[in-house]
Amino acid sequence: MKRTLITLVTLALLLSTLACERRGGGGGGGDDTGPIKVGIYGDLSGQTSSFGQSTKNGAVMAIDEINAAGGINGRKVEYVMEDDQGQPAQAATVVTKLINQDRVHAVLGEVASTNSLAAAPKAQEAKVPMITPSSTNPKVTQVGDYIFRVCFTDDFQGAVAAKFASNTLKAKKAAILGDFNSDYSKGMSQYFVQEFTAAGGQIVERQTYTQTDADFKGQLTAIRAAAPDVIFVPGYYGQVGVIAKQAKELGITAPLLGGDGWDAPQLWDLGGAALNGAYMVNHYSVDDPSPAVQKFVAAYKAKYGGTAPDAIAALGYDAMNVLADAIRRAGTTESAKLRDAIAQTKNFAGVTGAISINESRDAVKPAVVFELRDRKFVYKETIQPPGAPATAAASPGASPAAPASSPAVMPSNTAAGAEGGAAGSSANANAAGASGGAAGNTNR
Amino acid sequence: MDTFVQQLINGLTVGSIYALIALGYTMVYGILRLINFAHGDVYMIGAFAGFFLAHGLGFAAEPSVVGLGVTLVGSMAVAAVIGMAIERFAYRPVRKYARMTTLITAIGVSLLIENLGVVIFGNAPRAFPGLMENQTYPLFGNAAISKTQLLIFGVSVALMLLLQWIIYHTKVGTAMRAVSFNLNSAKLMGINTDAIIVFTFALGSALAAAGGVLTAQYNPTIYPLMGIITGLKAFVAAVLGGIGNIPGAVLGGLLIGAAETLVVGYGQVVGIPSTYRDAVAFAILILVLLFRPAGLLGTTVQEKV
Amino acid sequence: MPSFAKRAAAAAALVVAIVVANAMLSEEGLFGFGVPRYWAHVLMLAGVNVILAVSLNLINGFTGQFSIGHAGFMAIGAYSSAYLTVYHAQAWERSLGGAVGETAAGVVVFLLAILVGAVVSGLAGLVVGVPSLRLRGDYLAIVTLGFAEIIRIVILNMDVVGGATGFTVPGETNFLWVGSFAVITILVVHNIVRSDTGRALISIREDELAAEAMGINSTRYKVLSFVIGSMFAGIAGALFGHYTKFLSTNDFTFLRSFEIIIMIVLGGMGSITGSVLGAVVITILPEFLRQLPAVGGYNLADLRLVIYSALLILIMLTRPQGVLGEREFGFNWLRRAQKRPEGDEAVGAGGGVPIDERPARTVANEAGGDAAGGGEKR
Repeated sequence: MKRTLITLVTLALLLSTLACERRGGGGGGGDDTGPIKVGIYGDLSGQTSSFGQSTKNGAVMAIDEINAAGGINGRKVEYVMEDDQGQPAQAATVVTKLINQDRVHAVLGEVASTNSLAAAPKAQEAKVPMITPSSTNPKVTQVGDYIFRVCFTDDFQGAVAAKFASNTLKAKKAAILGDFNSDYSKGMSQYFVQEFTAAGGQIVERQTYTQTDADFKGQLTAIRAAAPDVIFVPGYYGQVGVIAKQAKELGITAPLLGGDGWDAPQLWDLGGAALNGAYMVNHYSVDDPSPAVQKFVAAYKAKYGGTAPDAIAALGYDAMNVLADAIRRAGTTESAKLRDAIAQTKNFAGVTGAISINESRDAVKPAVVFELRDRKFVYKETIQPPGAPATAAASPGASPAAPASSPAVMPSNTAAGAEGGAAGSSANANAAGASGGAAGNTNR
Repeated sequence: MDTFVQQLINGLTVGSIYALIALGYTMVYGILRLINFAHGDVYMIGAFAGFFLAHGLGFAAEPSVVGLGVTLVGSMAVAAVIGMAIERFAYRPVRKYARMTTLITAIGVSLLIENLGVVIFGNAPRAFPGLMENQTYPLFGNAAISKTQLLIFGVSVALMLLLQWIIYHTKVGTAMRAVSFNLNSAKLMGINTDAIIVFTFALGSALAAAGGVLTAQYNPTIYPLMGIITGLKAFVAAVLGGIGNIPGAVLGGLLIGAAETLVVGYGQVVGIPSTYRDAVAFAILILVLLFRPAGLLGTTVQEKV
Repeated sequence: MPSFAKRAAAAAALVVAIVVANAMLSEEGLFGFGVPRYWAHVLMLAGVNVILAVSLNLINGFTGQFSIGHAGFMAIGAYSSAYLTVYHAQAWERSLGGAVGETAAGVVVFLLAILVGAVVSGLAGLVVGVPSLRLRGDYLAIVTLGFAEIIRIVILNMDVVGGATGFTVPGETNFLWVGSFAVITILVVHNIVRSDTGRALISIREDELAAEAMGINSTRYKVLSFVIGSMFAGIAGALFGHYTKFLSTNDFTFLRSFEIIIMIVLGGMGSITGSVLGAVVITILPEFLRQLPAVGGYNLADLRLVIYSALLILIMLTRPQGVLGEREFGFNWLRRAQKRPEGDEAVGAGGGVPIDERPARTVANEAGGDAAGGGEKR
């Protein structure tokens, strides 16, 4: 009898926490007074924790700036940050919690496309706008009309890598070493192959790995045997560093090429000198001399103890500001109106370039290619999204105007001169690319 | 041909690590008939202990053989202590209970260590410092062997020989063999079985820790959950070789390592993508248990009623 | 036997409860009163976990086999039913819809998908069970774990169901489905346990060799319980997939299997109500933890897994039979049906002495292999 009693009491206690909750339907808060609540979710403690941390830093910095300037329409911005540990199921769960328990007006996140894909349906269903700062797989915004992104998509990024490989590196044969579990990696590989073979190249070897693999030498040895001119590694920094190291140990001399998944300080810790001579595609350059970018970099460094903002942080910052701008324009946080306002974002001046949301709810922006050397990302060139129209006015940076017609590849310059010149023209081309993007972008 | 040799070298390197860990599994099973699920996590603890030692004692900044040696021995010591603690506080109280109870306890301990690790260290991967200058020595054609690989082979062989000596040429070793043969009889012979069990755990844990530090030289990424898959594969290796059988554990480890790497390297040819790598170990396990449960070097025991 | 009237009344009450619960959990609520969506989510998960726990208990608790790969069967059920609903359901619904009306067609198709999930999982259980159940406890555990991992990796490699990307699945589950299947699972397992088959299973758990000596084909019964258990796991998986609307193999790792294990260990491995209790507690626990203030800078919910494992060890050390041991807890008629004549009290766990601690087996310790005797040569 006593045991029964204990059981009943425990159960009752636990269930009482259930009853104590408010009743009524879910969804974002409806009224237009009171603080604006933004939910941010990301990987703070898992395998890709640098991403979550950077996103948070960027977004929070934007929020602090907004609040210091008096808030949006007089309302302060509050945020709730949730850790999804890099797991898709967790991502879905925490977004559900943010929407239903914290009643956020909008959600920012995630970086890894697989996690965004898991969480987006929850936001879409609850009609809460979600802006992903850095998920590049095209499928993410296809989930529904409440899902947006402020970065480019992998069909573009993969193609950029391929163009760089064939045009600049003059590679004829490429090998691919992809992350099997990642949508991002799979999408990138797919688009790279498309573009590279269209440019006359040949894929000589395809290998994959999982994030828990301790040893990549099996895959790398097979790749080595195929003697590629370049190895495309569209994965995340946690594995790429080690891959570079082990590749060097096997005597592989072909350069590695990758995407924005590489962007984290830990990349250098894990890869060290083996990363020298590798190339990566990214969203923005921290050395971009444009005043807006440098102001952002300086402010970020001041706020976060001297750390320079990586692309993920910059995108987090931009995403939050795009959201704020949309709220300002809509004059309300009511979900449908907010969604429409976000969808109408045009030429928003972000630190990662001009952001315009097109009809697929993606942003059309140029990509930057870097060479990795001695723990630094050395600028190589900018590549425009397709459909960039005739030039807009030259920017104060004074540089050769971007050639109009087909996807332009800026000639790569030597290191020092390149940063100034090309960055200036990239700002120039941003405006061109953005306005052309809305009309011409059909990339999925 | 040179690619095959290279893959073989890669595989044997990984296999040596599996062998080191498998030894721990096999010794504990031989004595207690218990699958120490937490053993894989001791391997992880060894790697982390090495990480903190290397950073704390300043070896990370300047790679050196001394640094490597001290880190290795230090982490082995830490792991031995933890192994003994696990035995004392988690396994000994449930030793007299039903088999399932001890098994569940073992799983519980494993999960506890893993998740404590996640809470304390965070699941973000850390970079284990390289404690030795790496160099690649070409063999023939494209095949090459790196200094790290040689290190792993060398240390593993040395440790295994040490273990062999302990078990066959010392009193303690004889006692261990006696206990694994028949615990109660050993007790009757005056052997302090509890002490021997503790010693076995310590020994096994030390070997696993060595495996952890060596792996970290090869692939510097360490994180709290790194012991799960590796531990399972090492267990499969122990079973493959014949659980309870020491040379069997070594053989099993090398075989699993080689099989895995060869599947990754050549699997494409037969349509097996390299992501089936982990499945290889489990497939081998199932085949072994179906067709030769005693393992390659084990002997079948008749069950008396 | 309890009277027909009593049983009918209980059944009616259950049906009403499920319907009411379903209404309250839905968008509109019942007369405007709803349960907050987040807690509705928890309840749904609890229902799924009940099915998982009870089905695993059949294998682990009543038959005494240590299977720790239950998540694999759940995955099979989830993915196979999802395959149907994603690729074929619309075609079928359209053709059926003409005949029986849209809602009915939807229900039939979903039911079909769930059943397919169950059957495929059951088959998998057969494939896994037949070779493995010859093995002893520890080995069986590892083999089931291995099979679950292989299943997971194979599914991961199948692009037709999304592969690593994950699989988006239409949402069909509501509490009507989950509640009904939970009740069905409990009833089925309960009936099995009380039948001759159940006695055979229990005898195998108690002493397999003796059972064999009594003429019970232990392999056959073990496989039977394994298949039934995996079938229900498949059903749970199907319901789960169509509720979360997104399937990723990360949901079906051995962590999931361990969660189910701790549910049945907590509740008591020989007790159905214990499994229900364990399932509910473990599902609610993380949410409960989230409500508590943070301790020492750590949000308790993040420590969830540490707490689970510590709890598991603690239970093993202090009360291995779990909260309810092998007893059931329920309405009087249930208990009366369970009651055995006086002399059997010591045989059941009712005596308060955990089965594991009974001094009867010292020398040989437990059936088949032990630390004490029958050593293997090095």
